[in-house]
Amino acid sequence: MIRKPLRPLAQILKVRASGGDTSRVESDNRRARHDIMMDKARIRAEGRLLVMGLAFFFAFATVGLRMAILSGTEPEEPRIAASGNPIIGQRADIVDRNGRLLATNLETHALYAQPPLMIDPYGAAAGLAAIFPELDEEELIASFTGDRKFVWIRRQISPEQMQAVHDIGDPGLLFGPRDMRLYPNGRIASHILGGAGYGREGVDAAEVIGVAGVERQFDQYLRDPANEGAPLQLSLDLTIQATLERVLEGGMMIMNAKGAAAILMEVDTGEIVAMASLPDFDPNNRPRVLTSGDQSDSPLFNRAVQGVYELGSTFKIFAVAQAMELGLVESDTMIDTTGPLTWGRFRINDFHNYGPRLTVSDVIVKSSNIGTARIAIEIGAERQRDFLTSLGFLAPTTVELAEAPSGQPLSPRNWSEISTMTISYGHGLSTSPLHLASAYATIANGGTLVSPTLVHGQPHEPGPRVLSPEVSAAAMAMLRAVVTDGTASFGEVAGYEVAGKTGTADKARPQGGYYDDKVIATFASAFPASDPQYVLVVTLDEPVETSGTEPRRTAGWTAVPVAAEIIRRVAPLLGLAPKIANLELEGVTLTSN
Amino acid sequence: MTEMVHGTVPVQTGEPILPRWWRTIDKTTMLCILLLFGVGLLLGFAASPPLAARNNLEPFHYVIRQGVFGGIALAVMMITSMMSPTMVRRLGVIGFVFSFAALAMLPVFGTDFGKGAVRWYSLGFASFQPSEFLKPGFIVVAAWFMAAAFELGGPPGKLYSFLLAGAISVLLALQPDFGQASLVFFSWGVMYFIAGASIPLLVVIVGGVVGLGAVAYNSSEHFARRIDGFLTPEVDPTTQLGYATNAIREGGFFGVGVGEGQVKWSLPDAHTDFIVAVAAEEYGLILVMIIILLYMIIVIRSLARLIRERDVFIRLAGAGLACGFGVQAIINMGVAVRLLPAKGMTLPFVSYGGSSLIAGGIAVGMLLAFTRSRPQGEMEDILSRRAGG
Repeated sequence: MIRKPLRPLAQILKVRASGGDTSRVESDNRRARHDIMMDKARIRAEGRLLVMGLAFFFAFATVGLRMAILSGTEPEEPRIAASGNPIIGQRADIVDRNGRLLATNLETHALYAQPPLMIDPYGAAAGLAAIFPELDEEELIASFTGDRKFVWIRRQISPEQMQAVHDIGDPGLLFGPRDMRLYPNGRIASHILGGAGYGREGVDAAEVIGVAGVERQFDQYLRDPANEGAPLQLSLDLTIQATLERVLEGGMMIMNAKGAAAILMEVDTGEIVAMASLPDFDPNNRPRVLTSGDQSDSPLFNRAVQGVYELGSTFKIFAVAQAMELGLVESDTMIDTTGPLTWGRFRINDFHNYGPRLTVSDVIVKSSNIGTARIAIEIGAERQRDFLTSLGFLAPTTVELAEAPSGQPLSPRNWSEISTMTISYGHGLSTSPLHLASAYATIANGGTLVSPTLVHGQPHEPGPRVLSPEVSAAAMAMLRAVVTDGTASFGEVAGYEVAGKTGTADKARPQGGYYDDKVIATFASAFPASDPQYVLVVTLDEPVETSGTEPRRTAGWTAVPVAAEIIRRVAPLLGLAPKIANLELEGVTLTSN
Repeated sequence: MTEMVHGTVPVQTGEPILPRWWRTIDKTTMLCILLLFGVGLLLGFAASPPLAARNNLEPFHYVIRQGVFGGIALAVMMITSMMSPTMVRRLGVIGFVFSFAALAMLPVFGTDFGKGAVRWYSLGFASFQPSEFLKPGFIVVAAWFMAAAFELGGPPGKLYSFLLAGAISVLLALQPDFGQASLVFFSWGVMYFIAGASIPLLVVIVGGVVGLGAVAYNSSEHFARRIDGFLTPEVDPTTQLGYATNAIREGGFFGVGVGEGQVKWSLPDAHTDFIVAVAAEEYGLILVMIIILLYMIIVIRSLARLIRERDVFIRLAGAGLACGFGVQAIINMGVAVRLLPAKGMTLPFVSYGGSSLIAGGIAVGMLLAFTRSRPQGEMEDILSRRAGG
């Protein structure tokens, strides 16, 4: 603090001169200075108190004004604050190619309790235990009278149960909407649709997520609100799917097979019109995944897509078609079929002895392993492998099913000459029936590659050319001959010119080698042969036909009649006109004659 | 005769205490305080039955308690207001020493009543919150220090009072009770301002407070959530603030009617922090405006009377008490109308709470004592000026 000089110094000097005491003057001076300082402080404080007063006035006025504004506005209803990531309830429907429902949503309700709102917890618990026998009254009372503020009671209840709960009349029992995924056709197309389950669950909605099949494959699309509920249209035809499943199931029972698969495909687009795998399940109530044993025995297993099998003689047509494409043989080239064919320590035999020589066509018609193997030798391992790769046999199918990638074909690591020979007649390479159907569609449609699809109405570009149209036609002629003259004589369906190839492959033992009484019987067919429209592949797992004196297992006796019955029923539904060779009506005289 | 012989016994030369008290007291302010207390009781009838129901007590249990404590508080207020400023200062300093000790020992002997902050001593029949009593005591002590600094050669009282405010704030923040800490600091700031703080220094202090707020925002999740809740334009109607806002809207100008309010059932703090929402819902804007007006009159009238005051101590202490009282009311009501971020603070003399009521009585009694009209030396001024002139 800077001390000011004592101003009235003159006074002090005067007193000092007079010899008096100066302290009195000094204290007078101090007091005067103090008074001046106090006055200054007081005046400043007056100003500042005024400032404080004004500040408080405005603060109170602001609060009052704000209060008045609030009082003058309408109250808003308390609503649930939108959380950052709302659950989108609606899931798009799935329909078949004609728009018929395959999967839709049913609004049900979930039941929960808020014990603080309850009037009579004991009565409510008793009432609930009466409605839902699986609920324990003691446990309910414990959870209703404890500290809990929220208790789930049931995730899904029927309308009748909901009404009964309403009748209990306790305000602490509350309902939240729950979309339930419903498959109105039950087991039909179960493997394709897959199924759905609940993901995140909130009080007002639960997320329905696909767990298998197209539900899982197209999960994002089905849940995307941007599609505005536009349904997913599959290439399936519900009627044909139902027919195919029904006939296949009957055939499986008659042939005592433990499983079966069938695929009906359009040859030009690769659209799957019907596809079934037996045994099947109800997607409304998906069975549990097997926890032990072979997953391929589970009803959830899709034999048509996931199952890979050695499909036997149905493969012979690929060797012959490739040989023709390469110009190695014509359909009437004679092939040496003297058996047995010995290659190193391997011997290849035919089912019957077909004599020393057969034409290429007859190799197919009679299904000669030796003949096909000789043709395969001509082709060579590398070219065979390339050709089968170009037909899509060495990679999983690209069909739009969540399970498709698991249908990985099994091919020999070392593609030796003996492998080349066995693969030519369908042993040593395991593929799914859907692979086979696609490859047959490629042969039948004039030689352009077919990729299987389950989605209807997509713009379809013809795939790359694999075979020339001439080879395709020649191959179809041979396949037609198999039905008319060869192993698939039961496959003839009047008017529909069925062409196809049987295949009976011994099942491989898990521990190596082959069973001699367990086969996979396959019939791969296309119809009508003169202008192929559809491919049908039927595979039976361990069929035995017991009407004769001996049990018969060959495809000609098992898979072929089943396929023929499917074609007989399905072809009219597909809108194919039967071709009747002799259209002249007997006993009727046309007036124009 | 003996008196004449042996000298006189001391006799009171002035007028008796009560008449003088009645003549000099600020009757308007006192009336306003009585009215506020009445409003508090009235709102207690509305706001506290849900609390009583939750605690399984008879409906008007808390109203009766409020009445009892209110009676004590009014008595304390009357007695305090009759004291001379010197007496108030002495008792205030003693009270401050005791309550400061009590505050410092809270971590050892205090209880948190399950609310997460150790602020109370449990006395069985009632609880005792030292910080409520500390506030008026602190204001008196700080004003005393600052006034001493005005004397030539006096102690650096402003620095001392600042250190004291800092110590108290730290103790309160440890509980934690940032609301009371900020109130203490605010009262000190007001007194420092009135005592002639330099404006640049005040700017620095305000800047420091803002900086502290930023630190608190970044370090305390509890604090940050409240600020965020305040800053978002959309009020979530399921929070206390949302309920309070809706209650005020529901009430409109004339209220939904006595006993018809709903908000008291959903707000746990309806009888304390959000009592103004209950008032607005049941009695409408009218009562709220009356409440605001009462507070405004008390604060501004007291400040106006203090403007004339020449005694530095009285001026500072009075201003500190009046402003502390007023700012608490403003914060409480400002929160309810979303002018300020959520901060639990009682509405003085209206909210339920024994400690708060009695401490409020003491504070208001002191304020009344300080604002009593007394000779301010105007005549001396005039005479000395005459003489000087």
